[in-house]
Amino acid sequence: MARPSDFPPPFGPTDAIGVPTDPAEERIEVGVLIVGGGPGGLACAIRLGQLLEEHPEVRERLGEVPVAVLEKGKQPGSHLLSGAVVNPRPLRELFRGRLTIPDLPTYGDVPGEAVYVLTRRSAFRIPPPPTMRNHGNVIVSLSELGRFLAEQAEALGVAVLPETAATKLLVQHGRVVGVRTGDRGRGTQGEPLPTFEPGSDVVAGVTVLAEGTQGLLTSAAIERFGLHGENPQIWALGVKEVWRVPRPLRKVVHTMAWPLRTLAGYGEFGGSFIYPMGEDHVSIGFVAGLEARDVEFSVHDVLQELKTHRLVWKILAGGERVAWGAKTITEGGYHSLPSRFNAPGLLLVGEGAGLVNVPRLKGVHYAIESGRLAAEAAFRALQRGEVPSRVGALDPYDESLRASRVWKELYEVRNMRQAFDRGFWVGGALASMMTVTKGRVPGRQFPTHANAEAPLLKTGRASRYPKPDGKYVFDKLSSVFASGNRTRDDQPNHLQVATRVRRPVAEAWQWMCPAHVYEVGADLGDGMVSVSVTPSNCVQCGAITAKGGRFTPPEGGSGPEYTLT
Amino acid sequence: MILVYLEHHAGELEKGGLGVLSKAASLGEAAGVVLGPGAREVAARAGAFGASKAYALEDEALAAPLPQPRVDALAALVAETGADTVLFAASVLAADVAAGLAARLEAGLNWDLTDLELRDGELLGKRPALGDTVLVDVGWKGTPRIGLVRSGALDPVEADGTADVEDFAASFSDFSTLATLVEQTQEESSGPSIEEADVIVAGGRGLGTPEAFSLLEELASALGGAVAATRAVVDSGWYPYATQVGQTGTTVSPRLYVACGISGAIQHKVGMQGSGTIVAINKDPNAPIFDFCDLGVVGDLHQIVPKLTELVRAHRGS
Amino acid sequence: MKIAVCVKQVPDATVHKKIDPQTKRLDRSGEAALNATDLNAVEEALRVKEAQGGEVVLVSLGPERAVDSLRKALAMGADRAVLVADEGAAGSDLLATSRALASALERESADLVLFGQASSDGDGAVLWAAVAERLRLPVISQVATLTVDAGSVTGKRQTEHGYDLISAPLPAVVAVSDAINEPRYPSLKGIMGAKTKPQETLALGDLGIAADDSGEAGSRTTVLELGPPPSRGDSIKIEDDGSAAQKILDYVLERRLL
Repeated sequence: MARPSDFPPPFGPTDAIGVPTDPAEERIEVGVLIVGGGPGGLACAIRLGQLLEEHPEVRERLGEVPVAVLEKGKQPGSHLLSGAVVNPRPLRELFRGRLTIPDLPTYGDVPGEAVYVLTRRSAFRIPPPPTMRNHGNVIVSLSELGRFLAEQAEALGVAVLPETAATKLLVQHGRVVGVRTGDRGRGTQGEPLPTFEPGSDVVAGVTVLAEGTQGLLTSAAIERFGLHGENPQIWALGVKEVWRVPRPLRKVVHTMAWPLRTLAGYGEFGGSFIYPMGEDHVSIGFVAGLEARDVEFSVHDVLQELKTHRLVWKILAGGERVAWGAKTITEGGYHSLPSRFNAPGLLLVGEGAGLVNVPRLKGVHYAIESGRLAAEAAFRALQRGEVPSRVGALDPYDESLRASRVWKELYEVRNMRQAFDRGFWVGGALASMMTVTKGRVPGRQFPTHANAEAPLLKTGRASRYPKPDGKYVFDKLSSVFASGNRTRDDQPNHLQVATRVRRPVAEAWQWMCPAHVYEVGADLGDGMVSVSVTPSNCVQCGAITAKGGRFTPPEGGSGPEYTLT
Repeated sequence: MILVYLEHHAGELEKGGLGVLSKAASLGEAAGVVLGPGAREVAARAGAFGASKAYALEDEALAAPLPQPRVDALAALVAETGADTVLFAASVLAADVAAGLAARLEAGLNWDLTDLELRDGELLGKRPALGDTVLVDVGWKGTPRIGLVRSGALDPVEADGTADVEDFAASFSDFSTLATLVEQTQEESSGPSIEEADVIVAGGRGLGTPEAFSLLEELASALGGAVAATRAVVDSGWYPYATQVGQTGTTVSPRLYVACGISGAIQHKVGMQGSGTIVAINKDPNAPIFDFCDLGVVGDLHQIVPKLTELVRAHRGS
Repeated sequence: MKIAVCVKQVPDATVHKKIDPQTKRLDRSGEAALNATDLNAVEEALRVKEAQGGEVVLVSLGPERAVDSLRKALAMGADRAVLVADEGAAGSDLLATSRALASALERESADLVLFGQASSDGDGAVLWAAVAERLRLPVISQVATLTVDAGSVTGKRQTEHGYDLISAPLPAVVAVSDAINEPRYPSLKGIMGAKTKPQETLALGDLGIAADDSGEAGSRTTVLELGPPPSRGDSIKIEDDGSAAQKILDYVLERRLL
């Protein structure tokens, strides 16, 4: 049976590595360069801003732009999407002495929780598994939090540069010296249009990669510097909607099982979340692993299917969808982490480095924690008068990361996700054992297979998806519209995929993509088809990277414009 | 009294202004005002559309189609007649005149109106907002009131009659006559662009092949309109990007939009939902476009479009 | 040569726009960007500056937040920004807005004042003609090609019938259409430098405008009620039995669309 990994993309990780090519006087010099305006990158920027404020003598040495953050979205927050229920501890630590949690944009503490195992017609409430207890955590919109963090960073003198994509990691003499930003104003064939503006080499003493789930430059760095972890990275796809609702929801809800099929052979692992956002909004999303084998498996449509359940209907009925979005989440956990999080002149932070706790569904606070630790390591190196690109100069970051709670927690749950390869019930049992014994039983490492290697099946799953009505159940194009996506359509295609594949692979891509980017094209005979790609629909979720292609960032400023997700 | 600014072109009063005049006459006493060379000759015609009288001024300063001298002329007329309302049908020229006049008279200007009514003796306008998704009632504080009506929103109602034509005088400010017309070019119609067209015939994937666009071109030509395309077919290279209607293309609001083989995905809908009348032809009875068109035809466009073209030509010929 | 460009922050077209039911004004709390055609105006101003030398000043009326959207235009190459940010200006109609803008522009005494032709939220439409009237300057609108030399400006203005070539001595007000140019992307250096460019914020008092002459008090139009969208009326759906073409023609004729 066909597998997406049989048709690799025309792109290798080291295609994203280069050397500076601009003449020296045209390169843009900054002190510390951070790639990614998400919680990890911005926490790093904020911490650096604080430290440089306290130590002006170090700041002076960093030139006119001591800290710069590159963000590919229209503004920070445009590409941020999550549930989210966040552990506030790293935020408190980050803002210690300056702000407290009530100063941050949140929707308050988790008011209560409920976990349900669903079947088509019923909902069985179960006590929240220990990894899902959220007491003391706060509900946020990650997009709103991102905007807030960017403002804080700017107030500390950080240059936040939106609409700027980083497309290559610049490595010279075995050290990372910066990044190259993407061109703007190219046409579909790559030809320069009248508005053509070439990218720039941005060079810095320290480069921090906080790219999030898709980590283009991060995977290039891992390849280049030999930082591979034990297991390949795997991903889940999360699709969510924000609804204005007539009745307030007073608890944080998680569901499992239906509409996913519980037998191991289907490879369907995941569940849903429904979080209150204040009195009159609710955030509802579905997260499922991308090793799902059915070609018609579509998280977008599974979410629509979920909404038809009585339990969900009671929450949403009478309301109105006001936002939609989709994004992948790294799921490999501990065993997929890189062997080291630093290299000469380089630091890896957040989800891009795999720091996500899948059983707890949490990663935002790890991003913030690792961003803060990276800032401190970079600062200390600069303060000592170190050359940050000296081998080992940034090792203190790795040390502090491994000594932190981030590491301890990830280690405890290191096999939990992989246990679910055995299906929901066996996996559930294994996971419970692991929770109770804090990871000691079973302690052996479970293998992780790359998502794209899962052989595909066809079981007519699409017949279960409800028909769109434009009011409660939506089709993909309406969803793309609701994401605020306004990507310029006459740009080069940024999605690296094979364009001649076996039919099941094309079908899998067509269903997988929440934005309807891929379609089965013409029949080429011999069971092969062409793949038609509509890159301007792309909401930059990154699912294709998991399933045999490679997402690379398009022109800066493209993609969705999330505000509430 | 309501003054209605009437533009004229090639010896005829423009339809838009006459539509506004008909409406104004239904609300109270209405007079037309015609400016520029040839004004006196056409002004009397305003009577057939409800004007009790028509004012005309043919001064040299008004020879060129420039807005600022017209502001002087209208300001003088308002002062002379004590009119409490001045209405315009939107055009490139009229919009500038209306705004300049509002600033000159410190009068409120409501534009993009699609209707006018009297409520409790007060004049109210209706205008669409937010991409035509809501309708807003707008009013004026004090007088005079200035209103700019959306092109094509009001239809002229013709009856019998001619209006008495009265001359009036105006003096022109020094700054109003600084701009001069260097050259005027009438564009030979290669057909209107989609932004300006009153009628648009649009095609989508349902056409099946790029060649099918020739059917649409024939129909557009018969109707005097322009051809537009959806993003999907433009991406496939079937038709030029300049004709793309939709979220990332152009937004259009013709009086008539004929959608052929178009499913009606929201990205396309937002580009044309403001159209006056939408006729959709699609062989899929479940296409979303049938939810928001005025006349939906489930059928084969390859049969229907050529037949329609023939019928239109026959009708026009007669 | 000093070129002033009047720009306006509008809620981003892609974000779920709504009118605040309390104030009946557009809810501007969502994302904000510069009105699309304003970028064409900024681009044109930059081209004139590149050809003639001089300075490009952005002038805007809006809330304090509007400063963010001015940054993009500064990143493109504008030299300075002046923002009239005053709570009292909220709810200004064409009259009150043009009064405030004209005041701010008078202070600048620019040789050329540029506007972008269309505003996606509708508030700025036809603003230039009212501003030109208040400044007592000639105005050319709907300009698709602009030529500027020392002392005069010539614009090719598109109309329903074709185009007019109109000339005026400087100082003058020009409104450009989106056909005039393709706005440039700011370079990274431009984006980084934007923050350090001079940005002035003025209150209405600084312009000598009384509270009565601004905001709702200074407006002569009112928004009364919001209603459901203009209903399209009953929609008719038919199946072709061979007579659809005739039915379409009858329908179109009945509505006098031909």
